[in-house]
Amino acid sequence: MSTLAPAAQQSTRAASLPTRVAAQARYETVTMVRNGEQFLLLIILPILALIGLTVTDLLDSFRPDGATRLDVAVPGVLVLCVISSAFSGQGIQTGFDRRYGVLRYLSTTPLGRGGLIAGKLLAIIVVLALQYILIGGTAALMGWRPDPLAVLGSIPFLLLVAVAFTGVGMLIAGTLRAEATLAILNLVWVALAAGGGVLFPTSALPGWISWLVDLLPSAAAGELLRSCFLAGQFALLPALVLAVWAVLSWAATVKWFKWV
Amino acid sequence: MVLNHPAPTQSAPDFDAGSQVPALHITDLSKKFERRGRQVHAVRGLSMAAHRGQVTALLGANGAGKTTTLQCAQGLLRPSSGTVRLLDENPWQASPELRARVGVMLQDGGLPQAVRPMELLRHVSRLYKEPRPVNELVDLLGIEPFATTSIRRLSGGQRQRVGLAAALIGRPDVLFLDEPSAGLDPQSRQIVFDLITQLRDAGTCIILTTHLMDDAARLADYVYIVHHGSVAAQGTVADLVSAEQHAPVVMTVTLPEARARDLRERPPWQAESFRDIEWTVKDRTVTLTGELTAPQIRDITEWATLDDSVPEALSVQPRSLEDVFLEVSGSDPR
Repeated sequence: MSTLAPAAQQSTRAASLPTRVAAQARYETVTMVRNGEQFLLLIILPILALIGLTVTDLLDSFRPDGATRLDVAVPGVLVLCVISSAFSGQGIQTGFDRRYGVLRYLSTTPLGRGGLIAGKLLAIIVVLALQYILIGGTAALMGWRPDPLAVLGSIPFLLLVAVAFTGVGMLIAGTLRAEATLAILNLVWVALAAGGGVLFPTSALPGWISWLVDLLPSAAAGELLRSCFLAGQFALLPALVLAVWAVLSWAATVKWFKWV
Repeated sequence: MVLNHPAPTQSAPDFDAGSQVPALHITDLSKKFERRGRQVHAVRGLSMAAHRGQVTALLGANGAGKTTTLQCAQGLLRPSSGTVRLLDENPWQASPELRARVGVMLQDGGLPQAVRPMELLRHVSRLYKEPRPVNELVDLLGIEPFATTSIRRLSGGQRQRVGLAAALIGRPDVLFLDEPSAGLDPQSRQIVFDLITQLRDAGTCIILTTHLMDDAARLADYVYIVHHGSVAAQGTVADLVSAEQHAPVVMTVTLPEARARDLRERPPWQAESFRDIEWTVKDRTVTLTGELTAPQIRDITEWATLDDSVPEALSVQPRSLEDVFLEVSGSDPR
């Protein structure tokens, strides 16, 4: 049974780091997109939101002079996409991976813990890119004509939003039971989409509540992206709010994340 | 930390001491957890070694500390104290290269539920430079019939086979199997056990845990009986069952209803000649354990057939691994 013999002693056994991370990213991406429930959150609901906000007059009171409904809707829908992929999508997947011991198993392979996290982050970026193309493409078909510079500028902003939301999602997935993670992440997705300053600016809310909501990463993200697309500006304060969420959530994740 | 520190050989099993450095060497391992505010001392001062080309079994009841020991050896848990050397490296700080040389099958598989076996195995194979071909493993473990059924819908035995295939993809030098026979149907059991034996013969170091004596007796070259987080007994199965100097046997006699009184009124084992023999009476059965001599066996048999009565059961057997296990684990009232 020569095929059962262990590999030769001297040879390198592990695939290279980039190969391992790329393999994990590919696997995570396919698993994420293929799950029906996830597909709904990642693709269908954002597209429905885009269409809904464009055919109704819900956004009209937030529309600056010269801007179309689509101009106001797209930045918010893009943020919703990030929340779907970075927060609820990968959070739920990680919660169940943890519950079934997949995190433990993969950390015993050459991938390791670092490679596993890197693969998940890369998968989020890939899914995000797909979402951007789909949403942007759909909006363009409906008549959206953004400033190319704003499109370019939105990419680092969306990545910042993704880092902050991944941190919060991982913290929940790494400390609570998988079922609790599933319930919380889905509920928070709905709450943030409806009243978290994502699709509608927080000026729609009563004074003191809008203050509080402005401190949420969702509202900060909505503000950051709308400033980018509608005014061609970099909104410093929302970016700072997001940076604080990113640092705190990742620090907490590193400290409290349980692999078992 | 001392690099390339050779593992000490003094405490290695004596059956091949000095012939090679063990692939896994654990010295005085201790692991404490905080669980729901309580201190759990899962492993207390456990030492063991495992060699290439052998199956080493950790045999013990649930909660004895087998899985915790394995997880410290796999680098999944950090020991509270003691040292673990796996292929002469510290597994807690394992490099990707070390992980590539070690295959792990976790107790509950550690498999993603929504994925199909074929996809999972293909994915895992991409993490290695020269993986064992996935198709070969699929054939070897009979995975073909359910290769494209999502893992969620597989039986326990089928999952174990997928988990074993995943552990074997990197052609490991060291293979950890946590409860490999859990949930196995007879067919899976045969496949898995044959493969373990073949891998052993090909030079792999296999370390497995089990709470089943049968598994240990059938597979293991060397057994550590783990009890309350440390090694209560160790040796080859033959060693454990009958050490050279002792040849303990177990004799059981069940008397018919009519003679039940004789178990209490005329017991021959209370004679001076039976001083070193242990005995227990339960219902109408007496069990004697120890170095029973021929005259003693004759005495008991004569007593069992007094007045031409025929006993319901009478047997003399060498001590089984189970007896050894019960001896070392049952004697402790904790």
